Amino acid sequence: MKHLERSSRRQLLRMGAALGGGILAARQDALAWDTPGKLGIPLGPYGERSPFEKSVRWRRDSRTPETGSSFTPLQDSVGTLTPSSLHYERHHAGIPTIDPAQHRLVIHGMVERPISLSMAEIKRLPSVTRTLVLECGGNSAGEWAATTGPDVQRSYGLVSCSEWTGVPLSLVLARVGVRPGAGWVIAEGADACRMERSIPLDKAMKDILLAYGQNGEAIRPAQGYPLRLIIPGWEGNTNVKWLHSLKLTDQAYMARDETSKYSDLMPDGKARIFTYQMEAKSVITFPSGGQTLPGPGLYELTGLAWSGRGKIERVEITTNSGRTWTAAQLHEPRMPIAFTRFRLPWRFDGKPAAMASRAIDESGYVQPTREALVAVRGMNSIYHFNGIKYWHVKADGTVSHAAV
Amino acid sequence: MRRFSLLAIALAAAVTVAAQTPAPDVGRPATPDDIRNLGAAIAPDGNGLPEGSGSVLAGRGVFALRCTKCHGDKAQGDIGPALVGGRGTLATARPLKTVGSFWPYATTVWDYVNRAMPFDEPGLLKPPDVYAVVAYLLNINGIVADDAVMDARSLPKVRMPNRDGFVADPRPDVGRSK
Repeated sequence: MKHLERSSRRQLLRMGAALGGGILAARQDALAWDTPGKLGIPLGPYGERSPFEKSVRWRRDSRTPETGSSFTPLQDSVGTLTPSSLHYERHHAGIPTIDPAQHRLVIHGMVERPISLSMAEIKRLPSVTRTLVLECGGNSAGEWAATTGPDVQRSYGLVSCSEWTGVPLSLVLARVGVRPGAGWVIAEGADACRMERSIPLDKAMKDILLAYGQNGEAIRPAQGYPLRLIIPGWEGNTNVKWLHSLKLTDQAYMARDETSKYSDLMPDGKARIFTYQMEAKSVITFPSGGQTLPGPGLYELTGLAWSGRGKIERVEITTNSGRTWTAAQLHEPRMPIAFTRFRLPWRFDGKPAAMASRAIDESGYVQPTREALVAVRGMNSIYHFNGIKYWHVKADGTVSHAAV
Repeated sequence: MRRFSLLAIALAAAVTVAAQTPAPDVGRPATPDDIRNLGAAIAPDGNGLPEGSGSVLAGRGVFALRCTKCHGDKAQGDIGPALVGGRGTLATARPLKTVGSFWPYATTVWDYVNRAMPFDEPGLLKPPDVYAVVAYLLNINGIVADDAVMDARSLPKVRMPNRDGFVADPRPDVGRSK
């Protein structure tokens, strides 16, 4: 109880910081949780968050609502897990409604024993659980342009972190007997567009999961219910949702979503293909664009860092436009390819400040500046932007993506 | 060779893990029907292409009936992307990536139209219609002649203008070290 009280007070303080002192007082009255003499509401079968919590995904307008993206509200995030209900979405032909009793996974092509597995059978196999980031290859695509995103949700929100449970694909492939000469796995989803991606067999044998669990329950329909690929460290699109087919082949199939899309166009007109890996990235979530600091004083800078290559080793923060960088404190435990939360106390003295974070992962990779990325890759590659993101705190406490 | 040996080691390791982990013998043999009910995945060499054929002329008709609603009368793009033009724009500030200017394999056009189009009714087109629409798209992009007929033999032989426009991922290319 004490713990609950403390955490709700912290939320209040955070909310207060965002909304300003007057509103803070009103909210404190409304949220007073101990109301002596008044009976609370009854117990329920499936939990809902407090009606006072309003944080939601942001969906970009789309003329075809079955396609498009919804973005995780990173500015409101705490800790390192994304609630399944706020996990980002990227769909290409709507969310199918699949009866798990009817769903099967067929493994065929260059295998000795092509098989069809029911969901019940897949769940009988040895399982593993991993906490992993999932990031859309096109996350932060707007940041390539000179005019960058106004808030952290819209500029960085196509990334989320969940605990995933499933069966190692290597285990299943060993049982069907991969034929000599096979080098690729063609994955296909059961959505209307039958999403198709080519996955190198060596990655499949290394650490890919046939996942059916997310954050302690069945994967949500929007995340691939009842079965999806989870490919640690690789762009979201390869983590095929609603998985119903794996075909072993001797060649990549050059699917639309690995040639026309999810390839990175360079200034010379050539496009990089099979750019699976997500590189180290970080962003300050508080204070961030659109928020307001109520006045000078001590604040807790916080944000998220992650890398497709492994653990986050270090996060550095500048509050003076990059002149000096200070190591942030990292929440433990730090897990490979998972969100790592960082924090740093910072005193706002009422003068303008430009702040940013940069992540360094266990491979020694240092998150680059936007300018360094643009110098090599130009501004038309769309995918895999992981540049350092600046927020500008104005003298009046407002926070903006824009320098002036 | 190095890649192959790494793969062999990975396979051997996985077999070892699987052998060490007791697991039930689940699953039933996949039947030809199981596999037919999946999307037809088409390889760049044409593997997987079904029987049937379609002409540019027939494709013009299918396109007018089923595709213009989203892609525009002349495939110039509307709700859906442009499917024509863009040649010579890839290295400019405003690249236009279309079937004609960007897609490296004609088989991919067949695969995608067959699996995902029309957007509101994927799976509607039968193989001859798909061959025809693909023939039409290749024709309006100046890749095949007006009298071209596409089938399982001719389609994989089509050489797309941007066939050599793709390169391997060289990352980490930026931010390697401090």
